[in-house]
Formats: sequence, structure tokens, C-alpha cells
Amino acid sequence: MTRKSLALHLALLAVGIAAPFLFPAHAVQFAIFWIFVLFAQTWDTMGGQMGYNSLGNITFFGFGMYICAIAQIALVYNVGEYTAATGAIKVDFTDQQYYAGLALGVFLAAIGPVILAAILSWILFGLRGPYFAIGTLGVAIAAAELTSAWGWVGGGSGIAMPVFPGGPGMRERFFYWACMLAAVLCYLFLRWLYSTRFSLAINAIRDDEDKAEALGLHTMRYKTVAWSVSAFFLGIAGALFGNMTGFIEPLETAYPTLTFGIFMVAMTLLGGKGTLWGPIIGAVVFYTLRELTWTYLLGWQYIALGVLIIVNVVYFQQGILGWLRTRKPEWFGVRIETQPTKVAGK
Amino acid sequence: MKRLVTHSARLGAAIAVTLAFGAPASAADDVITLGSAISITGKYSQEGKNASDGYNFAVKRINEMGGVKVDGKTYKLAVKYYDDESTPARTAQLLERIINQDGIKYILGPYGSGPTKAAAPVIEKYKIPMVEAEGASRSLFTQGYRYMFAALSTSDQYLSPVIELAAELAQKSGKKPGDLTIGMAFENDPFSLDVRQGVVDEAKKYGMKIVVDDKMPRDLSDISATLTKVKALRPDVLAFSGHTKGATTAARQMKELGVNASIVAMTHCESAKLTTQFGAASEGILCPTQWAETLKYKDNVFGTAMDYNKAFLAAHKEYQIVPYQVAQASAVIEIWADAFRRAQSFDTEKLRDALAATDMQTFYGNIKFSEVGNNIAKPMVLRQIQDGKYVVVAPTKYASEPVVYPRKAPQ
Amino acid sequence: MWENLQILGTAPVFNIQLWLNGLSVGAVFALAAYGLALVWGVTSVKNLAQGDFVMMGGYLGYELSRHGVHPIAAIVPVAVLMFGYGWLIYKLIIRRVIQLDLFTSLLATFGLAITMQQVMNLVFGPDVRTLKSGFGRFEMFGGMVDITQIRVIAFGLCAVLAVAMVLFLRKSRMGQAIRATAQDPRAARVLGVNTDLVYALTFSINSAICGVTGVIIAMIWVIQPFYGIAYSVRAFVIVTAAGLGNFPGVIMTALGLGVVEQYGGFVLGAQFQQATVVTLLLVILIWRQLLLRRQRLALQ
Repeated sequence: MTRKSLALHLALLAVGIAAPFLFPAHAVQFAIFWIFVLFAQTWDTMGGQMGYNSLGNITFFGFGMYICAIAQIALVYNVGEYTAATGAIKVDFTDQQYYAGLALGVFLAAIGPVILAAILSWILFGLRGPYFAIGTLGVAIAAAELTSAWGWVGGGSGIAMPVFPGGPGMRERFFYWACMLAAVLCYLFLRWLYSTRFSLAINAIRDDEDKAEALGLHTMRYKTVAWSVSAFFLGIAGALFGNMTGFIEPLETAYPTLTFGIFMVAMTLLGGKGTLWGPIIGAVVFYTLRELTWTYLLGWQYIALGVLIIVNVVYFQQGILGWLRTRKPEWFGVRIETQPTKVAGK
Repeated sequence: MKRLVTHSARLGAAIAVTLAFGAPASAADDVITLGSAISITGKYSQEGKNASDGYNFAVKRINEMGGVKVDGKTYKLAVKYYDDESTPARTAQLLERIINQDGIKYILGPYGSGPTKAAAPVIEKYKIPMVEAEGASRSLFTQGYRYMFAALSTSDQYLSPVIELAAELAQKSGKKPGDLTIGMAFENDPFSLDVRQGVVDEAKKYGMKIVVDDKMPRDLSDISATLTKVKALRPDVLAFSGHTKGATTAARQMKELGVNASIVAMTHCESAKLTTQFGAASEGILCPTQWAETLKYKDNVFGTAMDYNKAFLAAHKEYQIVPYQVAQASAVIEIWADAFRRAQSFDTEKLRDALAATDMQTFYGNIKFSEVGNNIAKPMVLRQIQDGKYVVVAPTKYASEPVVYPRKAPQ
Repeated sequence: MWENLQILGTAPVFNIQLWLNGLSVGAVFALAAYGLALVWGVTSVKNLAQGDFVMMGGYLGYELSRHGVHPIAAIVPVAVLMFGYGWLIYKLIIRRVIQLDLFTSLLATFGLAITMQQVMNLVFGPDVRTLKSGFGRFEMFGGMVDITQIRVIAFGLCAVLAVAMVLFLRKSRMGQAIRATAQDPRAARVLGVNTDLVYALTFSINSAICGVTGVIIAMIWVIQPFYGIAYSVRAFVIVTAAGLGNFPGVIMTALGLGVVEQYGGFVLGAQFQQATVVTLLLVILIWRQLLLRRQRLALQ
């Protein structure tokens, strides 16, 4: 890392940490922003770097959310009684129970999706291109439907999550920093990962999987690891998002296949896939636009967002970063020789 | 097209207002701003429109009557809306925004039990009172929320009177209630599942047997597989609940598959416009309702229930009948106005106490909240579609016509 | 679950009911999926707005029927209008994302989908609508099995449309051009095919097919501005399960999934209807993949 880049990173980090103090009213909005950043980054590991376009990454998000919720509740209560439609028991968590539950929940929510990813890899990675995309979409839909048919976890009526014990201001900041930490760790990990041989391997898989395999690369192993990395961070994101929202249910909150599931792809492609910063920039642009149109263009918000996406795709097909790269290659350290100088003729 | 024009006009007006007055702040500029995240898009957008139409209608009426007087000064009411996209997660985020960024301290409920369940923890955390009228699931009232008040009856009361009625009618015709069988399909959401629980409990009481118990798939509008089971098992009572889409689907597919039972009941008949969409095929269906225009309630804002009905239909040509979702939303505004008058303050704690002490009659019914915030002063009534009209048939106290039993198969 | 299976055993006549329902459901999906497969095959555009085109067709039919046009008669003007709309959308958007990688067109049509949803919400209102066809129903086996005439008509319409499409692609000059473009656009261009016209035509034909599907869906189910996405997903599921480029397969898969969905709903309960369909999709995909692997091993 150069000194300049380090300074930039530190400055961004400082702004990030200070944000809830500077704009206390926006803390939750910013927390969800970090979740979106994490969405885009993890999707890019699969879709951008490895060329496996998954439409079902949201499965891990929902899986993590439910594992965390169950762990938090099961620590103190019987889950079936807790989620019963009539609310048979009075719920009261002590501070200690809450934090212990949350810690255990987040831990399990990171491990569970990794195991799931390993199992799904074994089943799904034979599929390529659109088949993989629709196959993973099928997994996400099935997960949502099965969870909503499962009475023990509340089925379609969902789970009211344990309430954060601290005061109003505390709660937002706590989850803001937790979400930010998850997204930043994800960035640092991926940054490191992309600097190793691993990135060469998954890029080779993207460019020509059969050749990569013929050259002796254990493609299956790399694919499984890549998906597990995505699953690990998405599971944590799910656990945090569920606790922040306070009420979870399968179809709209835990497995929102057609909103968050597609947003991930949209953000990554907006920013430019296959790059480290592309997905992050995409998330910034997408999330800002979404929040602005939802506030100022109520009743027209989807139209505004839709038109912006279309314009972006039609005119900036390489994503924002890709467009910049062709316009201003020098910003990316690419030097283009201008007119050969006359001196050479001497 | 006309709608598009009016919408553009409305948008233009909204922008103009925002530019003229800057950011809306509550209790400033002689305006009290109430905040709501309501479903403008997504699958509950129709129900969301019902609710916001009800809110707006009452706000307009109260403002025309001079607004609300607090501390010797009169204030106009206004509502700030956000779109929750029919998803609970979004509701929670938007309420944070309403409270934190817009500084609004008086909340109107969203549409649906799911979004309301997501809204409750947020308002509880900030100790900001909310009056809601579109979240009926009992699970809302078991968490001991102090700042949430619901104008409507809980969802277990929707279809359990139907079971009671079935038992009564069976006894009259010489059958044992315990021999009756029930077939039912409910959407997989907090509201419908609680309606289901009400039916299950009531059926257990009479020893009735539930032979079909399906959950409607949420996105595709097809329950023909469930109805085929119904055809095979011929239950005596049929019950459905799945918001507007569920009612439309159930009514249509029952007709298509020639399914009938002695008693057929479903929620959301009015907002699904069963009588106009299906005509004769909707005859004899029992519809639980939170409110009926024929009930003898009155207040000094709208007059009687019938007056409200007439005024609303005159103002909104697109409705043929006033769904109760509209009426209860209007009632919420009245409850807020009443609380402001009694509290004579903008302090949220005082307002909460005033709300908790509410004891009033509105055109919508009597309002009195229990310890946990649900309205206990108002019964639900059961209407039946007879000759294309909704007539109250139960409970006996309010009934204007006897129930037609058993339901005749429509031709 | 076992009781439900017992019903089917003791009263087999209900199997007929399930098959009839399933086939009529499947036929409608077959149309939407066929259009998707056509566009996908020829232009390689994955139209995520497919379901919203369907809803739009339904709403146009609804508007026409409000002005006294019988829904069945409305099919023709709706098809024409939607053809025009498809052409417009092609010229404005699709033309620029053709032949790009998998997800570019998906993103563009996602933007189109959410835009269309809200425009429909503003223009037609958010109400759940249905169309009255005014037809009765056929009763069979003493009222044990019923099917509405409109479903039979819808099935017939789907069949006619599918056959017409096959004949058009096989026999007509333009159809041949479309198939040629699907196989190799560059070669087709070299041989004098106006591929831009072919793409525009394909997309517009798909749009018209969606319009017809929409009118049929409004007659047998319900329409609402935001319900389109469910149809898009189902169309994608069918096309992938059938395998790309396998046009007869699309129709068979759609009908098959329709029937499986009915059985899933009957035996396991309606809450497992969707799950049954997507599980079957996964089984098909994995099974096909295993077959491929065996072939590859055999070659080695």
C-alpha cells in the first residue's frame, strides 16, 4: 500500500467511524448502507472475479439471520413458544442474556452459511452461466418458502427479535459500527485475498474454466472457498440486519430474492464488476439514489431509479469504474504513450 | 391516464409546498405533522391506498372544520408519507427516519400486521406514540408495548364468529356442532395466521374437525389445488383470509371449480369488490368487517356512520363501497385530534397518557384502549352478501337481516 | 399428506381435476416462457421485465373491456398495441444491450421492470383486477370435475399461438431469418439478413405474446401492477429447466410444472406449491449435469 493510498483509507475510515456523531439522525440509514456495500463486495467475489453469476446469494443472508435469531432466543426461551402466533410467554431479556445471545448468534450466523455454501457448492457448481444463476435463484426461493412453512420458527408470521437493551441513540450507533466493521473487514479480507494467488486462480476460472482445470487447477476447491467467503460475510450481515430491524419474517426480510437479491447484482454492475472498488462505488451510487428518490420523488421513486439504471446500463456499460478507466486511464496507473517524440529520430 | 395527470399535479404541488415551506417540522407553522410509512408500492399497494385515503379524508375534514385547538391556538393537521414497499424491514427503517430526520413525533400506523410488528419496537424505543388501524394480529399486543394504540379489533375475532354461527345454525337444523367439518386456506402472513388461530381455537371448543388447512402461496394467485381437496372432502364450513388478492382469488376459483359449502366466509370482501367483480357468484359469502355503515355510531366530525359513507363515496368516485380499512384509518385521525385536544400539549408523554385515557364514540365505533393498546369497546360484525348488498347478519344485536343458510350454489 | 394421497387413490377422478387445472395453468406459463426463450435464443437478452409486459397486456385488456370490448376480442388490439410497445422499447433500450454479457441485459430489463411497475401503478391504480369473460363452466363426472370454458378457450388459444409461432419460424422467410440469426448472427449478417430488424421483430413478437398472456391471465386469475415479477421468475425457471434453445421443451416443461405444482399443492399443501416447483427445477438441472458428466467421462 502506498502512503497516499494509506492516507486515503485512513481518512475514509475516520469519516466512517465519526459519521453517527456527525449525523446522528441518519445512523440507521448509514448502517444499511454498509450492509449494501457488503452485499456488492461479496457478490463481486462470485460474479465479478470468478464469473459465476449467482442470483441466490441472499440465501446466506437469510440463513444467517434466522440462525442468529434462533440462537438468541434458544439461549433463554423455547423457540416454539416464543414464536407462537398468540405470544404465549412474556419476553424479557437481561442485558447479559442479550449480548451473550447476540455474540453467539453472530458467530453461528457466520459458520452456518459457510457450511451451507460448502454443501451447495457440491450440488450446484456443475452448473454454468445462466443455469447457475437460475439454479441459485431456485435455492433462494425454496429457502424462503420452506422457512415460511416451518411453524417452529414462526412461519410466515416471523419473529419479533429481542430488543436492544441500551437507549435509543446507543442502539443505532452500536449497529452502525457493527455493520461498518463487517463491511470493512470484508473489504480488507478481499483486498488481501485478491493480492494472493487465489485471485489469479478464480480469474482463470472466469476466463476459461476448462483450460484452468486442464492446467491442473483444482477449480472445485477454489469455487467452494470463494462462495464460502461470500457466505461468511453475508451470514454476519443477515444477523446484524435482523437485529437492527427488530422483526424478521422469511419472504420480505430474510430472503428478499427480488429486491436485495437483485440489488446486489445491480450495484456491482453499476460500479463495475471484477474490481475491488467498483462494487463499493456502485453501492454508494445505488443506495444514495434509492434513498433520495424515496424521499423526494415519492410515488415516482421506482420510475426514477429504473430510468437511472437503464441510462447507466445503456451509456456506461462497463460500470462507473470501467467508464472512468477508459476516460482517465492515468488515474489507474495505466500510462498511455502519447505522440512519439521527435527526439527519437535523431 | 387521468390518474397520471392528477398524480403529476399532486407531485408538483408537493414539490411546491416543500420548496415554499422548507423541511416540514411538526408543531411549527401552525401545522401538526403526523408521519406514516404506508404501502404505496408492492403487493399491499391497494390496501395501502385504502388506508392513506382514509387518513387524508379525515385530515381534510378536520382542517375544514377549523383544525385542532391546542393551548388556545388552532393547528391544521398534515401527514408526511413514505413508501414502505409492503415490506416490514423497510417500515422499521422509515420510521427511524420519520422520527430522527423529520422530527415527527406523532405516528400513524402502516398497513398490515407485519409492517406494524416492525414499527412497534421502533416507536417503543423512542417513546413516540403511534395510533394504528391496520395491524390486527394478537401478537402485536403481547409484547407489552406502551406507545402503540390500535383502533380496531384483533384478528382472531374476524372468523371465529363464523364458527360460532355455524354451530348455532347446525344446532337449529338438528345437527351436532361437533359433526361439522371445516376447510380453510390462509395466507402465510402474521394477520392471516392469527385469523387462522382464532378459527382453530373456536373449532376446538365445539369439537369440529378441520379437514383442509392450507396456506395460500404468497405471490401466485392460484389455490385450485386446495379447492380440489375441498371438493373431495366437502367440508360444511369454508374459510379464507389473504388480504385483497386472497379474497379475489378464493371467490373466483370457487366459482370456477363449482365449490360450495353451507357456510363460506372470507376477509377483505369489500376491498376486493366481490359484489361488482363477481356478481351472483359472490352471493351468500360471509364477510367479517370492523365497521359497517349501517351501525348506529356517530360523532361530531363526520356525523353518523352513514354520513361518513356518503361523504367518502361522493369524494372518491373510484370506490363503490367503503372498505372498513378506509373507515378505521379516518378514525385514527379523529383519535389523534381528540388526544391533542385533551392533552393540550405537544409533549409525547402527555399525549401518550391522553391516548391511553381515550374513551370516545366515533362514526367508526367506540374507542377505549386496554392496558396493552387494543380497542376493547368495539365489536366486529359479520355481513353477508345478499342480493348484491352487504347486510349485517350477526351478532343478533346489530343484525338487520337473518342469515341465508345454507349457502346456495351460484349458477 | 397421507390422507391426501388416499383421496387420490380412492377417488381417482380428482386426478383428472388436478391434471386439467395443471395443464391450463401450464399453458399460460408456456406462452410467457416461450416468448422469453425466443428472445433469449435470438437476441441473448434475458428479459426480466417479462412478467411486467404480461401485466401491461392484462391492463390494456382491462381498459378495453371497460369500453365494452369483450376480453376475447380485446386480444387482437392488445397484441397489436403490445407489439408497438415492444418495438419502441427495443429501439430505446434493448438495441443497445444486445449481445452483451449475461447480466447487462438483465440489469437493463430490471430497470425497465421497476419503471413499468410504477407507471402501471400510477396509470391504472393499485387495485387487484380481474376480467369477466362471461363464460360458464363444463361439469364432468356428476360435478366432481369442473373446468371453466374460459380455461379451455385459453388452452386452445395458447395452442393456436404456439403452433402459429412454430409455423412462422419454420416456413416464413422472416422466420428463417430469425432462426439463422439465432444460430450465428455474424454469418446471418454476411448473408444479407438485416439482423437489427430481426432483433426488433423478435422482441416485439415476444411483447405481443406477453400481451395476449396478460389478457388470458386477467380472465382466469388476477392482475395487479406489482404481481408481474412472479411470472418473470416462473418463465425463467421454465426456460432454464427446458434448456436453452429447446423450444418444444419449453412448452412441455411449462405444462409439466403446472401439473406438478397442482399435485404438490394437493398432497403437501398449498404452502409447498412453489417449493415443489423450484425443487423440481434443481433436480432437473443437477440430473442434466450428471448426464453431461457421464458423457464427458465416456468420451475420455
